[in-house]
Amino acid sequence: MVTLVAALTILAVTALLVYELYVHSALSRHKFGWSFLVTRTWDPVAEQFGALPFIYGTVVTSVLALLLGIPLGVGAAIFLAELAPPKISSGLTFLIELLAAVPSVIFGLLGVFVLIPMLHKIEGPLRSVLGWTPLFQGPFYGVSLLSAGVVLSLMIIPFIISISREVILAVPSDQREAALALGATRWESTWDVVVPYAYKGITGSIFLSLARALGETMAVTMVIGNDPKIVTSLFAPGYSIAAIIANEFAEAPGELYTSALIELGLVLFALTIVVNGAARLLVAGTSSKTGT
Amino acid sequence: MMRNIIGAILGIALLAAVGSAQKALKGSGSGEQILINGGGATFPYPMYSKWFDTYHKKFPTLAFNYASIGSSGGIKQVTEGTVDFGASDGPMSDDQLKQFREKRGCNVLHFPTVLGADVPTYNIPGIKEQLNFTGEALVGIFFGKITKWNDPELTKANPGVNLPANNIVVVHRSEGSGTTYVWVDYLSKISPEWKQKVGVAGSVNWPVGLGGKGNEGVSGQIQQTPNSIGYVELIYAIQSKMTYGKVKNSSGVFVSANLASVTAAAARASKEMPDDFRVSITNADGKDVYPISSFTWLLIPEKIADATKKKAITDFLKWMLTDGQNQTEALDYARLPKPVVDKEMKAIARIQ
Repeated sequence: MVTLVAALTILAVTALLVYELYVHSALSRHKFGWSFLVTRTWDPVAEQFGALPFIYGTVVTSVLALLLGIPLGVGAAIFLAELAPPKISSGLTFLIELLAAVPSVIFGLLGVFVLIPMLHKIEGPLRSVLGWTPLFQGPFYGVSLLSAGVVLSLMIIPFIISISREVILAVPSDQREAALALGATRWESTWDVVVPYAYKGITGSIFLSLARALGETMAVTMVIGNDPKIVTSLFAPGYSIAAIIANEFAEAPGELYTSALIELGLVLFALTIVVNGAARLLVAGTSSKTGT
Repeated sequence: MMRNIIGAILGIALLAAVGSAQKALKGSGSGEQILINGGGATFPYPMYSKWFDTYHKKFPTLAFNYASIGSSGGIKQVTEGTVDFGASDGPMSDDQLKQFREKRGCNVLHFPTVLGADVPTYNIPGIKEQLNFTGEALVGIFFGKITKWNDPELTKANPGVNLPANNIVVVHRSEGSGTTYVWVDYLSKISPEWKQKVGVAGSVNWPVGLGGKGNEGVSGQIQQTPNSIGYVELIYAIQSKMTYGKVKNSSGVFVSANLASVTAAAARASKEMPDDFRVSITNADGKDVYPISSFTWLLIPEKIADATKKKAITDFLKWMLTDGQNQTEALDYARLPKPVVDKEMKAIARIQ
């Protein structure tokens, strides 16, 4: 009974959230309609608002974070759970869990003072190798979609590691023993038996970190450049939904402006659902193929 | 057992703390404690908190509570009636005044308190000099039309300085701000095109540039980015010992921002001060005038129903305009010119 109430409370909070966002964005929804989603202009003076640059920035930085974060995170989790000596494993795990608890503004500072100077150093090599793609062109000021993606990846890696590691540890040891008994090497038993067994849990950890990446505010606004434009190059500055809401909400003059910001919140909510749904479908597709 | 004891001790400590806080609020029995709430502009916050503190020491039963939530926030809160007074670095627009009348059923009055200014600040490797900027150069840079540091508009104003052929990186505020309002208000006066295409507001659709949050965000971004330029509030620039440029005023003189040149801008403008004090003093006339200066205002409803609050606020205004003004320069704020003070003294009577 108590648990039912608890479950319903969560549901009610979610419903209330959507309702509030929906009601308070009425002004902007009526004025701009669906074109809000595909308009590129964000002009507080002319009161023309469009969400596209922010959707773009949010999606690009989150995808970049996942691309960098998944191999590193899952790799590290496999190492810690299966391969590392117990002493090293427990020490490292403690540090990683500590990292997961670091406030995001600290990651932002790390981005500004450590990562951006580092990115300036690898800008040259990156250009000479990948400069022919549209993704690495134009001037690089430090603050950029790239920096935001890298900072986000650092923030989500601890999540991926600590959850994936738990899941891998939870794989019954007879699975490993059976594989080893059949003559598999340590690595074969890990990669071909344990990891597929833990597949669902690992993807779960990735969803959770994706949600964190989509909604991350403080660290992103410190390194993304806060410029609502759509540029293909990752070297260019951009803007994310969460960042503009945080920057502008307290200072938004006029009801239409406030309403447009609230609608952005609604868009972020919908985006989270869409991206998560898509990821879930993707997982369902691949897992039926591999037969787990 | 141990836990119970600790809990009990904590509980008693909490009760004691609440008790003493209540006692402090009620004062030492000399009448009711009056609390006046206000909020808004961040730029004059150090000045206001100094004033409110001094005033509270003078009249212990009277306490002002000021939240520096930003100019637009101040306008919003005073319009909603959640605070007793607001504060803003940019005057309220006609639309905002109308909204206020509709919501509150009376007018809102603007009272200038002190003056501030925006300064251009930059980071060009190898250049330590104080650069000269014409209004046209600033407009061109912030429009993205002047893209190189060795543009003729810049080299002409800075003879003898070897400006590099590097691309200019523009930095502006990422959030709505009174500092931005003053900056774009100046650019609009120089360029009709800016006024028409970008406009004047606390946050605008910037043609170019990176956004940094707050004065510290902008200055941090500039320090990290070679060949960048941005604008910060004068007091912030003075206190963090930044190099900032001189700006050419309407008489053709390059003037550095300081207390004297900012006050000069106000003195010029005060001759044509409108009755509602909503005046922009950017690009004011006079050869000693710094052109990107501005008043900052308290926003006070014309009708204050609560008689004690009304008296408290009007008394404070009178004090702020007399004794209060003597505290300004110690905190690097430019004081109000005498004619403005006289005019405001008369306007206080309009609060009913």
